[in-house]
Amino acid sequence: MFDALSEKLQATLSDVRQRGTLTEDDVNAAMREIRLALLEADVNFKVVKSFTASVKERCLGADVVGALNPGQQVVKIVDEELTALMGGSSAGLAFAPRPPTVILMAGLQGSGKTTATAKLARFLKENNDSSVAVAACDVYRPAAVDQLVKVGGQVGATVYEKGTDENPVDIARWALDQAKQDGKDVLIVDTAGRLHVDESLMEELKEIRKAVKPTSILLVVDAMTGQDAVNVAEQFGEAVNFDGVIMSKLDGDARGGAALSVKAVTGKPILFASTGEKLDQFERFHPDRMAQRILGMGDVLSLIEKAESQVEEDEARELEKKLRKGEFTFEDFLSQLKMMRKMGPLSSLLGMIPGFQGSQLKNMKVDDRELDRVQAIILSMTPEERRRPELIKGSRRLRIAKGSGTSVQQVNQLVKQFGQMQKVMKQLGRGKMPDLQALMRQAR
Amino acid sequence: MPRRAIVAAAMARDWNQLFILPEGAQPTAAPAEEGEQRRGFFRRLRQNLSKTRQALGAEIQATLFETLDDETWERLEEALIMADVGATTTAKVVMQLEQEATAGQVEGGDALSARLQELLAAIARGGDEPFEDRIDVTHTPTVIMAVGVNGTGKTTTIGKLAWHLQQELGLSVLLGAADTFRAAAVEQLAGWAERAGCEIVRGPEGADPGSVAFEAVKQGRERGVDVVIVDTAGRLHTQDDLMAELTKVRRVISKQLDGAPHETLLTVDSTTGQNGLRQAKLFSEAVPVDGIVLTKLDGTAKGGIALAIASELGIPVKLIGVGEALEDLRPFDADDFARALLS
Repeated sequence: MFDALSEKLQATLSDVRQRGTLTEDDVNAAMREIRLALLEADVNFKVVKSFTASVKERCLGADVVGALNPGQQVVKIVDEELTALMGGSSAGLAFAPRPPTVILMAGLQGSGKTTATAKLARFLKENNDSSVAVAACDVYRPAAVDQLVKVGGQVGATVYEKGTDENPVDIARWALDQAKQDGKDVLIVDTAGRLHVDESLMEELKEIRKAVKPTSILLVVDAMTGQDAVNVAEQFGEAVNFDGVIMSKLDGDARGGAALSVKAVTGKPILFASTGEKLDQFERFHPDRMAQRILGMGDVLSLIEKAESQVEEDEARELEKKLRKGEFTFEDFLSQLKMMRKMGPLSSLLGMIPGFQGSQLKNMKVDDRELDRVQAIILSMTPEERRRPELIKGSRRLRIAKGSGTSVQQVNQLVKQFGQMQKVMKQLGRGKMPDLQALMRQAR
Repeated sequence: MPRRAIVAAAMARDWNQLFILPEGAQPTAAPAEEGEQRRGFFRRLRQNLSKTRQALGAEIQATLFETLDDETWERLEEALIMADVGATTTAKVVMQLEQEATAGQVEGGDALSARLQELLAAIARGGDEPFEDRIDVTHTPTVIMAVGVNGTGKTTTIGKLAWHLQQELGLSVLLGAADTFRAAAVEQLAGWAERAGCEIVRGPEGADPGSVAFEAVKQGRERGVDVVIVDTAGRLHTQDDLMAELTKVRRVISKQLDGAPHETLLTVDSTTGQNGLRQAKLFSEAVPVDGIVLTKLDGTAKGGIALAIASELGIPVKLIGVGEALEDLRPFDADDFARALLS
């Protein structure tokens, strides 16, 4: 999409190169394309209008020099302005000076509050070493309490619930007392989904806020939300003046213009992003990357960060040594495979690489089961076989095939491919091998 | 403050008109009550208008066409975009109206607004070749499958649909709880089954959704029920493996009963923006989608994405959801929708 936008702009601005500066007509033409791209990404119409007006100012008379073509130049300005509007660097969550820190969750029905509650609980447990409790105050949606009991339990949070017969305000107050008694660091209060125009339920939310005096109120917003995101954010802001936003369902192919709308209209930072069905698919939100996503630029930075957190530096150094010497074995391959798969399914990794977004990814069948098969084959080898693949002949192949539920052909294929890989690596090792760690530092 | 939006208020289509009913079916809805309800809706409509007027493009119909210049068409464009209609369909509508106005075919503010509504309603109806916007429940049993992205309101829609079929149209319904993924989804559906007074077939949590669907249709046949509604887990349209699972559930259903599922409904949240088009496209690639259920129209979102879906993908809206109460699931009416889109 970014490329598409870039190309379109380049076509629009094709004759600018000779003149050297962008005229008003050029900029107007470019702004039409930008406007369309942002609207397609669901950025609110009014936000788009004021945004393109301010970008236009900057583009007017901008010198077209250096390596960038005029189209790229405009995109660069748009990207910078978009990032600035999204809030620059990423913001953090506030903690109470005296525990428990109370976090109140709010949002529309179906925005993903209950899931986000459990994910946030897990995130704070893992990253802050907090003891976390969650309170089940959604007494309206059938089985919402059951859902929180299940997912809350899965992430190891204490779940305070009183079924559905009590008033949510009372449950919240009681849960806070419990959290204090139990010496919890954090209490996350899940509430029922409500419409921003539903005055009685908005009143109830205010009551809950009064009862638990939250350190932070977080609004959960579905990344697929359209133009209405602005109304939702404004009215929730008016009612309970929330402190930050969690974007949910960012693992889809929505460009997520709602994030920009919400930030632009309320000024509240977006703190977290929910990026998958699994409870650990939840991360801090990065405004700069979101700007690029809205423009369709992919998310290379997230990928690099994921890789960094999974690959231990020592392991990387060790691996590099082995690669150089050509001592890379099936054992190493297996640990590499496992490490890579810790980063998530292949399809979600590819989604972060520019050029793979949206429709293109659809046509590329990424089969994680292929990796399952490879892993099964390696696991069916003896340690000796993993270190010395040349041992794998005849009856050993049959045993491995049987053990892994594959065929002898598949085992053969893997062993052969592995042999080729080793050869290539040996050659690389003798020649010049790039310093992996230096590469990683540069990319940061 | 009333919670229903204006779409709920105007209600020109009845449940009886939505379904192709089997012969001898006895709708049991009391007409007097219906009339009372409708008055109630109109009262709420008036109360709601003051609020809605502050909202986007409120003055559209009143003043938009007083003078005709570039700004007129820009403002119309803005109103449609703000309703999530999307750039392509918006351009189509605006261009058509502008042409007709310039050619003098339509003159005067009132005529232009009327024509605008007509154009929008026509798109919602399917243009020159109108959609089949009814649901045929004459099969024995009719199998309806509900699909959609997480949190769009599938389970709630099924619950209410079951209630209407069972309580108002006098058809017997069996629910199949094939959402075996989301924690407590089965419990949620069981709650609805109880309210609707119908039976439910469930498997253990984490069971294969195909096997639950198969069992539901099988039991539906054995018990001789009129309609089997199969709930499926919410899934993002970008998750290839889960979309393949959906295709499989459908195939399993058709193995148990030839020609089933007879109706596949996709729930789309009306607050959804342009991504709704992708949802409709990819879901209908996995399982042919016969109709859209446009949910949560009781907020301030206009659900204009449904118009884009109708226009670009040719899938009709059949039902709308306007609130949490049982009677808040209603048959879709193109004229009301067009009117509400710009109000």
